[in-house]
Amino acid sequence: MGHVRKYLPHLVLALGAIPMLLPFYWMFLTSIRSPSEIFDVSLWPIPRQFDAVQNYSRAASQVPMLRFMLNGVIVCGGILIVQVLTAVPAAYALAKLRFPARRLMMTLIIAALCVPMQALALPLFVGLAKANLLNTYFAMMAPFFLSVFAIFLFHQSFRSYPEEVIEAARMDGFSEMEICWRLVLRGSLPSLAAFAVFSLVAHWNDLYWPMIVVTDTNLAPPPLGMLFFADVESGANYGALMAGAAIITAPMVICFLFARRHFIAGITMTGVK
Amino acid sequence: MTMADVTLVKQPAKVRAKRSPADRRMARLGLFFAAPSAILLLAFYIIPIVVLCVFSVTDYQLGALSIHFVGFDNFIKAFSDTVFLRSLRNTVLYAVIVIPFGVLLALGVALLVYKRKKSRAFWEIAYFLPVTATLVAMATVWQFLLHPSLGPVNAAIKAFGFEPVAFLSNPVLLIPTMALIGIWQVLGFNMVLFLAGLTAIPRDLHEAARLDGAKNPIDRFLTVTWPMLGPTTLFVVVTTSISAFKVFETVAVLTKGRFGSETLLFELYLEGFEYSNTGYAAALTLLFLVIVLILSIGQMVHMDRKVHY
Repeated sequence: MGHVRKYLPHLVLALGAIPMLLPFYWMFLTSIRSPSEIFDVSLWPIPRQFDAVQNYSRAASQVPMLRFMLNGVIVCGGILIVQVLTAVPAAYALAKLRFPARRLMMTLIIAALCVPMQALALPLFVGLAKANLLNTYFAMMAPFFLSVFAIFLFHQSFRSYPEEVIEAARMDGFSEMEICWRLVLRGSLPSLAAFAVFSLVAHWNDLYWPMIVVTDTNLAPPPLGMLFFADVESGANYGALMAGAAIITAPMVICFLFARRHFIAGITMTGVK
Repeated sequence: MTMADVTLVKQPAKVRAKRSPADRRMARLGLFFAAPSAILLLAFYIIPIVVLCVFSVTDYQLGALSIHFVGFDNFIKAFSDTVFLRSLRNTVLYAVIVIPFGVLLALGVALLVYKRKKSRAFWEIAYFLPVTATLVAMATVWQFLLHPSLGPVNAAIKAFGFEPVAFLSNPVLLIPTMALIGIWQVLGFNMVLFLAGLTAIPRDLHEAARLDGAKNPIDRFLTVTWPMLGPTTLFVVVTTSISAFKVFETVAVLTKGRFGSETLLFELYLEGFEYSNTGYAAALTLLFLVIVLILSIGQMVHMDRKVHY
């Protein structure tokens, strides 16, 4: 009886973990076995014939899979850099400097937090279409240059930075830029790390906006590329399809395994958004 | 944090009358620091919202030469548009399945994981993995898993002697199937929120409840854990429902809205970006926004109570 009570939670968790992990297992297994084996529906982990090379190279040649990954890196990196460059000074000003319309700006930022991106997509799309900017990296990144969430988060974190240290730094001749970037931000590095994870994961996985502004295969970020690939293969070659899915999913999953704490902190922040 | 904190500490109004040079310098710097964000806020939030509202009362179609004011016709049309109403019904059905299962299963898993000491990291990884994985790719995997003849799920169903289930071709099952994937995706996320809520409960409370005669764990759960988790649960329900109303990827991968399986956001996508009915889509977008804002009110109430994860 004691044993049952001790192991029952593990048993329940293990049973629950099976459906959670099955897709990952199946994806990987299918991506390394030969197409002929796909028709026998077995979960046996060792394929009779390893076709990993064939599947993965097909995924990389049928559609520009590596190009999709590069696009993802460019778009996510570009978004994150501009988000940090604009949000950190704004958050510093809102938290530590008195200037006109400060309260109005804070109110607008809180209001903007409630507005999902999908609600703004239509006018932004029309604007970008009129400016002939569809099918550009700029179109994919621009709506996310301002992260009201980042401003909100950094503002919360900067406010607790001691006023005396800032005053002392001013006395010592630090410029306001240096105080903002070198002192105050340094005190909020965990927030910065968490936000970076949140932003990278959100934009790496986003489909909605790229699907709207990009029709050119060469510009597609990974999720859109996956959709193109699924249409091209249309269920004919599951080995290659699963190899493609594995390539796209791998970066985030691997980062998650290595930086579990940061990931959980960063992604659950979306809860606030 | 309270709303009062967010809107900053009140400054005495009289100070404005005579500002010192240092104050003026600070005001200039503040404006300079906030300017890039303020401009982006104007360009990417405020102007688009205004434009959206203007579009919604016109018959504008992208590329059309003329544009007419049509009043509330678009909104009236929406409520007699069978496709839109179907997408609304589908989304509600999706949410009604995802919210209870996505919340209660996550709570159950969190309660079990919370007590584990050595194996906690492992279970966290196992349940959180779907949250980080690209949903478009994983939906493609699910499509294969649920395949009527090639997928292991139906193979297992057949092995138990049942009829195979047409998860992705029986129109009645499409939304529930997507909801299944939605639960799979959201479970780990909610589990982590519940784990944070559980960590915040003082241990003394459990001890006090035990002394008060709550001998078995279920009693202690009902008298201590569940009431203390109230704010967390509200928050989890709100975030789960907001994300349920934004379901898009699974539809885009599994059905592309065929067989009457369009959801709200997918219908918006079709009207606005595939058919270029900009005016009508703007009206639908506003309806979508109203739903999300109503759900967000609960979220704001929670944010007021200062909870950070």
